[in-house]
Amino acid sequence: MADHVSALDAPRAIATPAAPHPLRLAWLFCRRKPLGAFGGLLVLLMIVMAVFANWIAPYSYDETIRGARMKAPGSQFWMGTDNLGRDIFSRVVYGARVSVSVGFGAVLLANFLAAVIGITSGYFGGKYDICVQRVVDAWQSFPFLVVILSIMAVLGPGLLNVILALGVLGASAGSRVIRGATIGVIQNQYIEAARAVGAGHLRIMVHYVFPNVAATIIILATIGLGAAILAESALSFLGFGVPPPYPAWGAMLSGSGRSYMYTAPWMAIWPGAAISLAVFGFNMLGDALRDLLDPRLRGSGGGRLR
Amino acid sequence: MNKYVFRRLLVAIPSLLIASLIVFTLPRLLPGDVVQLMLEEKAYGKDLDELRAKLGLDRPIYIQYWEWLGKIGRGDLGESLWTRRPVVEELLRRLPVSLELGLLALFFSILIALPIGVLAAVRQDTLSDYVARSLAILGLSVPGFWIATLVVLLPAIWWGWSPPIQFTEFAKDKWAHISQFLLPAFILGIASAAAIMRLTRAMLLEVLRQDYVRTAWAKGLREGIVVVKHSLKNAIIPVVTVMGIQIAQILGGTVIFEQIFGLPGMGRFLFDAINQRDYPVIQGVNLIIVSVVVLMNLLVDAMYAFLDPRIRY
Repeated sequence: MADHVSALDAPRAIATPAAPHPLRLAWLFCRRKPLGAFGGLLVLLMIVMAVFANWIAPYSYDETIRGARMKAPGSQFWMGTDNLGRDIFSRVVYGARVSVSVGFGAVLLANFLAAVIGITSGYFGGKYDICVQRVVDAWQSFPFLVVILSIMAVLGPGLLNVILALGVLGASAGSRVIRGATIGVIQNQYIEAARAVGAGHLRIMVHYVFPNVAATIIILATIGLGAAILAESALSFLGFGVPPPYPAWGAMLSGSGRSYMYTAPWMAIWPGAAISLAVFGFNMLGDALRDLLDPRLRGSGGGRLR
Repeated sequence: MNKYVFRRLLVAIPSLLIASLIVFTLPRLLPGDVVQLMLEEKAYGKDLDELRAKLGLDRPIYIQYWEWLGKIGRGDLGESLWTRRPVVEELLRRLPVSLELGLLALFFSILIALPIGVLAAVRQDTLSDYVARSLAILGLSVPGFWIATLVVLLPAIWWGWSPPIQFTEFAKDKWAHISQFLLPAFILGIASAAAIMRLTRAMLLEVLRQDYVRTAWAKGLREGIVVVKHSLKNAIIPVVTVMGIQIAQILGGTVIFEQIFGLPGMGRFLFDAINQRDYPVIQGVNLIIVSVVVLMNLLVDAMYAFLDPRIRY
C-alpha cells in the first residue's frame, strides 16, 4: 500500500517566500488541530525537562536520601521514593534525557539510512532494486524485539548503542515508503529535463528527488519518534538499555525494584505514566502534522514497534 | 491461484536464505566467549581449545554455516551448548505456547479492531469517532509491559488477587490452561488492535465515498448490508496486509509477556539463550520465528486472491 504513496508538492508550497509568519502558522495549527497542539505541548514539556533536568530535579538521580526508603508521594517527594531511597520525581525528570536523546538520535539515523536506501533503490530500479528489496524483506520479517535484543547483546548496553540499533532497524520500513515516493517522483518531466541538461545521478537524487520526497520523510520521522521512545523503554525494561544507575523510564519498571512494587506501587506508576504521556504526545503531534502535510498517508500505520 | 502461491514461495526462498545468514552470524558477533563462560575463570589455555574443538567452534565460520544449513535440511537444529539437549526437542515444547499466546492476541486484536474501526468510519466526526480515535492513539502509546505490570500489581494490592504465574499444561487442566493465556494475550493484542482499527477506519472511509456505495444506498439496502457487504469487503485488503505485519510484532512482544506472566514459550527461551551465548538455541529460535513470519505473510498473500477475485497473478 505504501508503494502507492507518491510525493506531494507540499514542501515547495511551504517554502515559498509568501509563507506566513511562523507564529501565525503555529496559531493556525493550534486552531485547526487542537489535539495535535496538545501533543506538541507534551513534547515541548518533555524536551524542557530533558534539557533543564539539573535545575528542575530537586535531587540528583542517584542520590540516596537517608531514612527515606519507599516513602509515599507527598509534599517532600512528589512521586515518592524507591527501594534505595532515591527521589522518583528526580529520576523521572532525568529519565527524559534518555528518551529524548534516543528518540531523536535513532529517528535521525533511521531516516537518513531509509532515505539513502529508498531513493537509490527507487531511482536506479532494475537488478539493484530487486536485490535491495529482498534484503529489506528479510530484515522486515524479523520481529523487531527479537532482532534488537540480539543486536544489543552484540553491542552491549549504552546510550549510543541503543541509538545505533534502533536507527538501523527503524530504517527498513521507512525505506519502502520513500522508495515508493521516489518512483512516483522520477516519472515527472523535470527529472527528464535535468537529465537532458547533463545532471549526473547523484545531482538528480540530491537536488531533484530529495526535496520532493522530503515531506514523506518528515512525516515518517514524527511518527517514528514515538515508536523509538517506546522501543527504548522496552529494551530498558529487559535490561538492554542504558546501564544503571542512570535512570531510564523502562528500566525503572523492571529489575530489583519489581518485588518492592507491592508495598510501594508508586514505583510502578510514575515511570510508566511518563513513557505513555511522552509517546502519546509524539503520536498526537505526528498525526496532526501528517493530516496537514500529506493527507494521503492518513491511517497508513503509525507502525508501532514493540 | 496455485501458480501464484508457488511464485510467492519462490520469492520467499531468497528472503529466508538471507535471513538464515543473518540468524547465523549475529549471535557469533556477541562479545564474550561461550567457552570462557562455560569454564568460568578456572580454564587453562588447553582446556579452552579442547572444549572449543569438541563443540565444533574452532572451524572457519563459513564451514560452520554450511554444515548448519545441511543439518536444517534434515530437521536438526543442533543441541544447546549448555544442556546438551536437542534444540528441536525444546522448541517443539515451547513453540505451541508462543503460538497460542500470539494467535490469541491476534484474535483479540481483530475482535476489538474491526467493529470499532467500522463504527468510527460510519459515524465519522461524531463523538464515538473521536473517542475511538483517541483510544487508538492511546493504545499505540502505552507500553504493553506497563499495562501488564499494573494488571499484575493493582489487583494484588486492592483485593489480594493476582493472575496465576504457575504454568498449567493443557492435558492437566483445560480451563486453567486457556484462562492463563487470556490476560496476557488481551494486553499483547491492544497495540495491534489500535493499528488495525486506524487502518480499517481510514480504508473504509475511502470506500464509503465510492459511487457504487451510493448506488447501494439508493437501492434501499439496509445499513448493515451496505457497510459490511459492499464496503468493508473492498476496504479489507490493506487491513489484511497490516495484520500480517502485526504477526511479527506480536511474536516479538511475546518475549516480554512470557517473562512477566511466567509462560514457558520461545521468547523466554531466547532471552535466556542470549544471556548465556547459547548459539544453537539463539539461531534455532530466530530461524523458527522468521519462518513463522514468512509463512504467515505468504498466507496473507494467498488470502488476497480469496478476498478479491479480481486479483489474479
